[in-house]
Amino acid sequence: MQYFKPQTAAEATDILAKGAGKARILAGGTDLLVQLKSGMIEPESIVDIKHLDGMRDITQEDGGYRIGAAVPGIKLGQHAGVVALWPGVVEACELIGSTQVQGRCTMVGNLCNGSPAADSVPAMVAANAVVRIVGPDGTRDCAVIDIPTGPGKTSLKPGEFVTSIFLPARPPRASDAYLRFIPRTEMDIAVASAGVSLELAEDGTISAARVTLGAVGPKVMLVEDAANAIVGTKLEDAAIDALMAACRAAASPIDDKRGTVEFRTHVAGVLAKRAARIAMQRAGDKT
Amino acid sequence: MNYPVKTKTDFKVVGTRVPRPDGVDKVTGRALYGADFSVPGMLIGSVLRSPHAHARIKSIDTSAAEALPGVKAVVTSADFGVPEDDFLRDVQDNCMARGKALYHGHAVAAVAAKDAQTARAALKLIKVDYEVLPHVTDVDAAMAADAPVVQEGRADESVPAGSGPNVTNFHEFGHGDLEAGFARADLVLERSFKTEATHQGYIEPHACLATMSAGRGELWCCTQGQFMVRELCAGIMQMDASQLRVTASEIGGGFGGKTTVFIEPVALALSRKSGRPVKIVMTRDEIFRATGPTISSSMDIKIGMTKDGRITAADAQLRYQGGAFPCQTVSFGAQAAFAAYDLEAVRAQGWNALTNRPKEAAYRAPGAPVAIYAVESVVDELCQELNLDPLDVRLLNAARDGTKASYGPTFDQIGLVATLEAAKAHPHYSAPLGENQGRGLSCGFWFNFGGNTCVSLNLNSDGTVGVTEGNPDIGGSRASISMMAAEELGIPYDKVRTVITDTNSLGHNDVTDGSRVTFAVGMATIKAARAAIEEMCARVAKIWGIDEDAVYWEDGYAKPSGPNAGNFEPMSIAEIAAIASETGGPIAGHHEVNAEGAGVSFGVHLADVEVDPETGATKVVRYTVFQDAGKAVHPDYVEGQMQGGSVQGIGWALNEEYIYGEDGKLQNAGFLDYRVPVASDLPMIDTVILEIPNPGHPYGVRGVGETSIVPPLAALSNAVSRAAGIRLHELPMSPPKILKAMMSKG
Repeated sequence: MQYFKPQTAAEATDILAKGAGKARILAGGTDLLVQLKSGMIEPESIVDIKHLDGMRDITQEDGGYRIGAAVPGIKLGQHAGVVALWPGVVEACELIGSTQVQGRCTMVGNLCNGSPAADSVPAMVAANAVVRIVGPDGTRDCAVIDIPTGPGKTSLKPGEFVTSIFLPARPPRASDAYLRFIPRTEMDIAVASAGVSLELAEDGTISAARVTLGAVGPKVMLVEDAANAIVGTKLEDAAIDALMAACRAAASPIDDKRGTVEFRTHVAGVLAKRAARIAMQRAGDKT
Repeated sequence: MNYPVKTKTDFKVVGTRVPRPDGVDKVTGRALYGADFSVPGMLIGSVLRSPHAHARIKSIDTSAAEALPGVKAVVTSADFGVPEDDFLRDVQDNCMARGKALYHGHAVAAVAAKDAQTARAALKLIKVDYEVLPHVTDVDAAMAADAPVVQEGRADESVPAGSGPNVTNFHEFGHGDLEAGFARADLVLERSFKTEATHQGYIEPHACLATMSAGRGELWCCTQGQFMVRELCAGIMQMDASQLRVTASEIGGGFGGKTTVFIEPVALALSRKSGRPVKIVMTRDEIFRATGPTISSSMDIKIGMTKDGRITAADAQLRYQGGAFPCQTVSFGAQAAFAAYDLEAVRAQGWNALTNRPKEAAYRAPGAPVAIYAVESVVDELCQELNLDPLDVRLLNAARDGTKASYGPTFDQIGLVATLEAAKAHPHYSAPLGENQGRGLSCGFWFNFGGNTCVSLNLNSDGTVGVTEGNPDIGGSRASISMMAAEELGIPYDKVRTVITDTNSLGHNDVTDGSRVTFAVGMATIKAARAAIEEMCARVAKIWGIDEDAVYWEDGYAKPSGPNAGNFEPMSIAEIAAIASETGGPIAGHHEVNAEGAGVSFGVHLADVEVDPETGATKVVRYTVFQDAGKAVHPDYVEGQMQGGSVQGIGWALNEEYIYGEDGKLQNAGFLDYRVPVASDLPMIDTVILEIPNPGHPYGVRGVGETSIVPPLAALSNAVSRAAGIRLHELPMSPPKILKAMMSKG
C-alpha cells in the first residue's frame, strides 16, 4: 500500500484514475482508517487530499458558503456565518462520531462513504446543497442528492473526487433542522433520520419546504409529498399528520440489527414532525 | 497477642478515601497492560476463525501459509494433545477447535509471523475443508428433542431421562409444599421471560506474550488469575507448573470475562513450534465472537400472593444456554432467584443446554441477574395487580437473620431489611415523577466467595511495608489491602505498598472472582500483619529482656504491657526494622487460607425512567443504589463498584444483546451495534452504602463487586411498566420492542 500526497487536484485525479478502483481518498480518514484496520478494504494506494488548495477553507460565495472537502465537523460548528444560515446542516454534521472524531471527520467524507444512515446527507439534501467535483474531464457541479446511488456506492466516476460543498443563500425567515433516532444519546448510527428546510412568508405560512429522510431506504430520500403537505400551512395538526403520513409512505426501510421496518417507518414520521417544528421555530425567530 | 473475636469497629485508615495507587499511571498512559509487553525477536500471532456456526473440519491444509516468507509457525489442534480431564479438554477445544467448529468465530488454526500483516496474509492461505452442519443458537430450540446436536454425550447424571440431546445438567433447589402454597394465594401469576446474552465489554482486549525455551515457559498476560492461567496452560502444554511462570499485567477491566484462557495456550504452542516469543492481541471483533459473553435464557416464573402482600409460594424454571461447552451458571441462577425472600414453599429448577455460540464466561454475579429479573418482575406485577406498595411487599417478605434460604443455608447476619428500609426512607422513593415517567425497584443478591489465598507481608529495613499478593486488581483491591495492612499495623497508608506478583513468588491463589479479593486477601493480609506484629513484639521482648506476652502492639509501636512489665520507651516499627538484623534477621508475616465466611450481599435499586411515547426510547432520569458492604474499606471504590455494576445492568436491560442471524452468525461484533451505555445516556448513579458487618471477616467486610449488576434489569423493567403502561417480558427493552408494545396497546 502506497501513500500519496499530491500537490494539485490534477495530480490527485491522475493517481486516482491510474489506481483503477484500488485507490482510496484520505481527508478526515474517520471511515477510511476504521475500514483499513478492520480489514474491510485493502487498497493499493491512499491519496491524501487535505493539503490541496481550498480543501480546509470555508468561503462566502453568492450569499452562501463553500466548504472545502477537508473541513472537519468542529470547524463548521465554530463558523458563525454557516451556523446562522444553515443550523440544521451544522447540527447534522456535529452528530458524526464523537468529539475526537469531530476534529477530523468531514461532510464530504460522510457523503462519499455512501452510507444511507450518514447524518449530514439528509440535511445537505434538504438544504439543496451542491458539490463540486474534479476529475479527468475537468470540474463539474452536482446536487448532493445525486451522489449516493446505494449503500456504499456513489455516482462519482473513476478518477473523480469532491473538492467542496456549496450551501446556497437563503431568504430571511428561512431555516432548517435535522434529527436522528439512535438508541443511545451519542456514538451511534441513525436508525432513522429526517431533515427539514423551510421558508416562511411574511405571515408565517410556510412558502417553500424540502423534507428528507435518512436510514429508511438504500439512500437518502427527498420526500416531495411531505414538503407539499406543509407548504401553505403553519404546521397545524392536519398538516403535521399529512407530513408524517407522507414520510411514512415514502419510507422503505429494512429489518436489521438496528431496527425493524415497522419502527423505522413510524419514527421517520415522528422525526420529520419534530424537525419541522424546530425549523419553523428557528425561521420564525429570525423575523 | 489475643485479638478480639468481635468485629472491629474503630478504624483509623479503613473507611477513608485515600488516593488510589494506580490512578496516575493509568491516566498518564504509563500503566503496562497486556499488549504493552514486547521482547526482542518477538513474532505476532494471529488466529483463523470459523466462518460457520457449526461445521465438521474435514481437513486443514497449512502448507501455503507455512511457505509464505516471514511465517515462522502454524498450529492447529494437531499441535496439542487431548487432555483426559473433561474440563481441561473443553478449555483447550475452545481455544482451538478439534474435529468440529462449534460456533461462528471458533479458532481453527493460528499463525506466528514476523509482523501482523504477514500473519494476516498467512491466515488467508490456510485452506480448511468444512462440512457445514445444522446449527442452533436459541436456548428453547436447543432443548428440543430434534435439535441439531452440538456435542454428543455431554449430559451429566443430573439430567432427567427424556431431556433433549443438548441438555448437559439439571439443578433443583427449594423446600415446602408448592401446591398448598399456591392454594393459599389470592392471586397467582405465571409469566415467561427471555433474555439475550450480553458481554462484559471490558475495554482492554485479551493480550499475551509467550515464550517457550528448553521446556520452560514465560507468559505475560492480561488476566483475572495468573495461577489459573498457569494451571490451565501447563495442563494443555503438558508441562510441570514449576516450569511455567505467569505474570499478570495491569488489567483494563475483567468483570469475570478474564477467568479463563483463550489465546494463551495458542501463543505458547506457537512459541514452542517457532522457537521465538509470540504475542497475540485480540481484536474487538474476535472478543465478541470468541470470548465469553454471559448466558441467554428462557424462564417461567409462577408466584402466588395474598391480597395483603404475603408470598405464599414461588416456582421458577430456568433454561440457560452458555454456548458450545457445558457450564454450571444456571445453578447459580436457580440458587439466587428467590434469595431475597423468606418463603415457606419455593422451588427453582435449572437446565443448561449447549448451543452453537461461544462458551459463556463469568460475568458479575453469573446467572443471578436474569433469574432475579424474572422473579422481581412478577413480584412487581403482583403488586400492581393487588394495588400494593412494592417496597412494603419486599419488606413484608424479606429474608432476615435466621431465614432458611431458598437454596438451603440459613442466613446469619444479612442486610436486606436495613437496605429496604434505607430505600424507603430515602427522598428518591417519594420524589414526584414527571409526565411519561415511572419508578421501578428491585432487590438483588450475590453469594460472594472466599477461596484459596496466600499473602506475604514484608517489613522493609526502613520500617515501611510491602504486601505481596496474587490476585489481579480489577476493582481497587490494592488500595484496600494496603489500607487493611496499615490499619492492623497502626501505620499510615502511604507506608504500605501492595504488589501483585507472578506465579513463582507465592503459593496458589484462586482467581479474582466471586467478589473475593477484598474479603479473602484482606483477611489474609490482616492475619499476615498480625504474624509480623507477633514477631516484632518477640524481638522487642528480647531487647527489653522481658516475656513476649509482656509486650503489646499499638499504633505502630511495641509497648510494655503495664508497670509490671517494666518502664521501657515504646519502639516504633521503623526502630524495630532498623535493628532487625541484630535481633534475628528479616521480619515478615504471611498467611495461607482457604477462606470461608464470605457474607452474602443484598442490594436494592430505585430507578426512574422516562419513556418517549412516540419512539419507545427509555431515558434513565434518576437512579439510586442501596447496598450492604459489610464494611466499606475504601468508600470511593465501593461506590464505583455499585455504580459500575448498575451501568452494566442498565445496558443489559435497555440495549445490549448478542444478535444472531438465521445463519447462526453474530451480526453485531463491535461496540457500534453492541450498545453499552455511554456517559451521556446516564444520570449520576447515587449510592447509599450500608454497613451490616459480616461476622466472617475481622473488619466485617463483604464482597461488593457483583450484587450491583443484579437489580437494574427488573428495576428498569418495572419502571418502564409504570411509565409506559406496558410490561415487557423480554430483554433488552430496546426502543422497537417498547414502541411496538405501546402501539399494540393503543
